[in-house]
Amino acid sequence: MQGVTYSYQGATAPAVTGVDLEVNPGEWLALVGANGSGKSTLAKICNALQIPTQGVCRVMGLDSSDPANTGEIRRNVALVFQNPEDQIVASIVEEDVAFGPENLGLPSGEIQIRVDRALELTGLLEYRGRGSSSLSGGQKQRLALAGALAMSPCALVLDESTSMLDPEGRESFLGCIGELNAQGMTIVQITHRMEEAVRAGRIAVMERGRVVWDGAPELFFGGEYLRWGFEEPLEFALHRELLARGILPGATLPVAEDMLRSLCL
Amino acid sequence: MSIVVSELRHTYNEGTPARSEALRGVSVVIERGQWVSIVGHTGSGKSTLAQHLNLLLLPQSGSVSIDGTDVTRDAKNLRGLRRRVGLVFQYPEQQFFAETVRDEIEFAPLNWGVTGRELDECVEMAVRSSGLDPALLGSNPFAISGGQRRRAALASVLSMRPDYLVLDEPTAGLDAAGIRELRQLMASVRDEGMGVVQVTHDLEGALANSDRILVLERGVGVTCGDAESVAEYLLRSPVQGLLMPPLARFIAGLRERGIHLPLTAGVGDVINSLEERLGCEV
Repeated sequence: MQGVTYSYQGATAPAVTGVDLEVNPGEWLALVGANGSGKSTLAKICNALQIPTQGVCRVMGLDSSDPANTGEIRRNVALVFQNPEDQIVASIVEEDVAFGPENLGLPSGEIQIRVDRALELTGLLEYRGRGSSSLSGGQKQRLALAGALAMSPCALVLDESTSMLDPEGRESFLGCIGELNAQGMTIVQITHRMEEAVRAGRIAVMERGRVVWDGAPELFFGGEYLRWGFEEPLEFALHRELLARGILPGATLPVAEDMLRSLCL
Repeated sequence: MSIVVSELRHTYNEGTPARSEALRGVSVVIERGQWVSIVGHTGSGKSTLAQHLNLLLLPQSGSVSIDGTDVTRDAKNLRGLRRRVGLVFQYPEQQFFAETVRDEIEFAPLNWGVTGRELDECVEMAVRSSGLDPALLGSNPFAISGGQRRRAALASVLSMRPDYLVLDEPTAGLDAAGIRELRQLMASVRDEGMGVVQVTHDLEGALANSDRILVLERGVGVTCGDAESVAEYLLRSPVQGLLMPPLARFIAGLRERGIHLPLTAGVGDVINSLEERLGCEV
């Protein structure tokens, strides 16, 4: 994105202002910021659901403002929303996953391969014949993810995709995202939970429509994030204090198990 | 003065293949002036229990009594009892229907026949308790910010002057500042004597803020008590869908290394213990 600005019709101020941001293949970027800071608008710009009113967004070199590129961009950048109910379309699990590839007009053998792979990646193989509505919240969110993966995208944009999940559901969803990223999938994760952002390889902070900070998690969680008014999880506060007292070495992340290991008690 | 839930059972779609037992014998007491959190995995029965508290659902078996009145025995009085328990749904702002914030807040008291000066007082009190900016009363509820919208939704329940406030996942979708403000608000209505019930899957928030916590697992209350006793229980017997908060996990790890602290100890206590131990080693 170069100088990307986006204004909603009739709004007094743009939702996104002058954003320069480059996400590289295979990267896991956490985009954090308060409600209304422009994160979701930026997510929609990533897959050409919204076209910048100023500036340019290129996905794999393709300019999103050229309608000829829209299809190609949307196939490659999959968006997973907050509420899985918003994107589950079929009543049977495997039919829901097949919906996207079927719409691409792919041969049935190819569709089958994609559906199997997406169900396997999301741990839903055993549920393939089940009714979508009988799944738990966590399973539904993984189904929404499977539907996105069946499009064989290069990148996933997750817009607060874990906010409706219970802690166990969130763990299993994020575990799945971690594996996909390890296999080379580019991830843009929108969240305001610091304990989720800690898994990313890079953090960008949005405030009032602008990207105001962009850098490494070690730097961000070393105390930088406090400047931006995020809620400090208790283990993060502990981590910060232990760093300040020289009890923890600098490269430790604010994760309970990492800190225990580094303490050498 | 309290809501007493005793051996409550609820089954959806009884007699059909989709039959599911949501509550299988849950008991809990909610006192006025207390903040009780109900935590559990998705599908554990939390919301079903919440809907019994304000009598949206009536007991199929077991009982619910509000300030001494058993709802199954006094069905005629349902309307009056319901008024005492305000229920705030998940994403309450999605249910706005009026054209202005004031109309939204006035709706419930008007339906109870409250008018004139008393109505104005209801609105004023609700605005004050919810922390809503009074300048927004004339605004369209869909045109105000997310945080103010959540407050307007709360005000529209508080305007009934309930004795108990039941909130289903009240912090979902709010940012850090919004969550902090909402928790302050819940604490302040609790301190004014209202019974506050929060349904949540945020165990960490529940441990840090509520007076008592009820843990549900597949429709059964597996433990109920103060934060420390519930944390100890969860360490001994993990419950589906609930993960120990990271700081408690850290403290459990310290225990294995010979440093004993309560699981709900604060950051300061943990640091002191660590410094003490490391100081000894030097």
